[in-house]
Amino acid sequence: MEHILEVTDVSKTFSLRGMFGQSKGGVSAVNGVSFTLKSKGTLGIVGESGCGKSTLARLIMRLIEPDQGQVRYKNEDLLKLGGSDLKKMRKRIQMVFQNPYSSLNPKLTILDNVAFPLWANGTGRAAASTQAYRYLDAVGLPKSYAAKYPHHLSGGQRQRVAIARALVLEPDIVIADEAVSALDKSVQAQVLNLFQDLKKEFDLSLIFISHDLHVVEYMSDDVMVMYLGGVVEKGPKEEVFANPRNPYTQALLKSVPSVDLAVRKAPETELLKGDLPSPLNPPSGCRFRTRCMFAEARCAQNVPALVEVGEGHHTACLLVHEGMAAVQNL
Amino acid sequence: MSNLLEIDSLVTSFSTKKGMVDAVRGVTLRVKKGKTTVILGESGSGKSVMLRSILRLTQRGSNVAGSVRLEGEDLLGKSPKEMVAIRGNRVAMIFQDALSALDPLYRVGDQLKETIRAHHKVGRREAKDRVIELFRKVGIPSPEERVHAYPHEMSGGMRQRAVIAMALGCRPDLLLADEPTTALDVTIQAQILRLFKELQAEFGMSIVLVTHDIGVAAEMADEVAVMYAGKIVEYGSAEEVLTRPMHPYTAGLIAATPQSKQTGRLSTIPGQPPLITEMPPGCAFAQRCPYAESRCTESVPDYVSAGRSQQAACFQLAGRERYAQ
Repeated sequence: MEHILEVTDVSKTFSLRGMFGQSKGGVSAVNGVSFTLKSKGTLGIVGESGCGKSTLARLIMRLIEPDQGQVRYKNEDLLKLGGSDLKKMRKRIQMVFQNPYSSLNPKLTILDNVAFPLWANGTGRAAASTQAYRYLDAVGLPKSYAAKYPHHLSGGQRQRVAIARALVLEPDIVIADEAVSALDKSVQAQVLNLFQDLKKEFDLSLIFISHDLHVVEYMSDDVMVMYLGGVVEKGPKEEVFANPRNPYTQALLKSVPSVDLAVRKAPETELLKGDLPSPLNPPSGCRFRTRCMFAEARCAQNVPALVEVGEGHHTACLLVHEGMAAVQNL
Repeated sequence: MSNLLEIDSLVTSFSTKKGMVDAVRGVTLRVKKGKTTVILGESGSGKSVMLRSILRLTQRGSNVAGSVRLEGEDLLGKSPKEMVAIRGNRVAMIFQDALSALDPLYRVGDQLKETIRAHHKVGRREAKDRVIELFRKVGIPSPEERVHAYPHEMSGGMRQRAVIAMALGCRPDLLLADEPTTALDVTIQAQILRLFKELQAEFGMSIVLVTHDIGVAAEMADEVAVMYAGKIVEYGSAEEVLTRPMHPYTAGLIAATPQSKQTGRLSTIPGQPPLITEMPPGCAFAQRCPYAESRCTESVPDYVSAGRSQQAACFQLAGRERYAQ
């Protein structure tokens, strides 16, 4: 399958300044992340808060300027574009945000909220409205909602509006950043189904970011697991979920409470200890080593590279690469 | 087994521009000694208000009617002063957001000492020792130093541990926890849920845990009560409710939640819950229910019992197999 987006070695460090503007070091938010998005595929990105998954999405969109790296979309490096070229390319990649209460303009009607990106790109009012109606219909909102304002709508309906707005420019890629996290489960299922339907209908490629592992597993073809700004594991979802190789992925999967009463956690199950270290001062070497139950001295010295451990399945762990039995048998 | 807490026909209403509105519309619930009861529901179902009503912590202008009995004593008839002696002492509460539960201007250790000394006659030295002991119990590393920390110096998981320590300060019989892990990452959530279990095993307290997460309910619950639009629509042991749901809402909620190795389309519950200001007559779930008939929109269904302890409020439970997934 061909790749529609190739991200290579993207990094971003936010510098911190003190009260008088002196530099106080930096927060390494995204650190050398590379991945590819298959055309018409879905890449799921999972990780806990502070792992850099949202920053990564914003770096791809250039809502934040990366320090280094490449984002190749159809053989053009998005990070090198400027002015009208960038504007043109940006239309091809659209984003849906987590909170539909703050991402819609409260002073515009639902129709105008959806039509706004078209106005911004020079489409006339009448033509924009026609298009907007089309996409409101596609996301399952009745015509009668067009003249309402965001505060008239429930959270699920607002998220449909946000999705219609993302689609109205007919993008190739949609980035959904925690797009269903604020919704109740009964409504969340409706929106997840909607994403699946729209993806087929409009031939979209999807980057689906969430902290909810079950949602990501359900939505994705490929999965990338992030920890403290770096990628620890990526590969086809069946591989990553059924056969996780990185100790972090394994611990993460074990932490999710299961709906199945039969797999209630036994008191002796090993849980991940401690908290996420501060990204201000990330651990040397492998960033997960401070919480890893297998960590050895050399984990502090060398940064593990992503190495292929199965077909298309990569993991960043020195011990796995050396074939350590304990890690594999977990 | 005896009940620690007995709630009968609890109705909590708030005054709004549109008159009094009921957020909790008649809840009857039994909480067994030493067990965990999970209240499962979506936002707006009244689960948090119900929990707060137990300690009469609902906002000013609200009205709590019905009866809430803690070991036979009616809490709703108590004077404000008597309630103060109960809150934090015999019944403790933990909220979702640990940051706002702690005063940012005081050291965490001092806030715990305050709780202990408010209810027990102990000296400063002894209170401090107790705090250190509590910090150790809830798994806060180097407790001797941590008692001097301010809330902002702790991580989210650590703060929630401190709040749990505070709740346990007076060895409560009953712990009320409102979404205690919702703001936390899953790896930290797993730690905190385990901590609840360990502490319950040690102190033998009862826990009422409010959550929207079926996974958390399955992990923690002895009993589950499912709330919808201010009422308990289904109640029973965790095994009964979560593996053989009777009520169409419970079944729909479980089916709508993606699970491990889920494939195919997710089944959904159409529409959204009714607003509490516009509660329909009859069953509140009828508008969204695939099995609704005319009587469902006309009158309110009674509870129907099945199994050992399971009961659900639905007219259609004669053919209960049909709701099974």
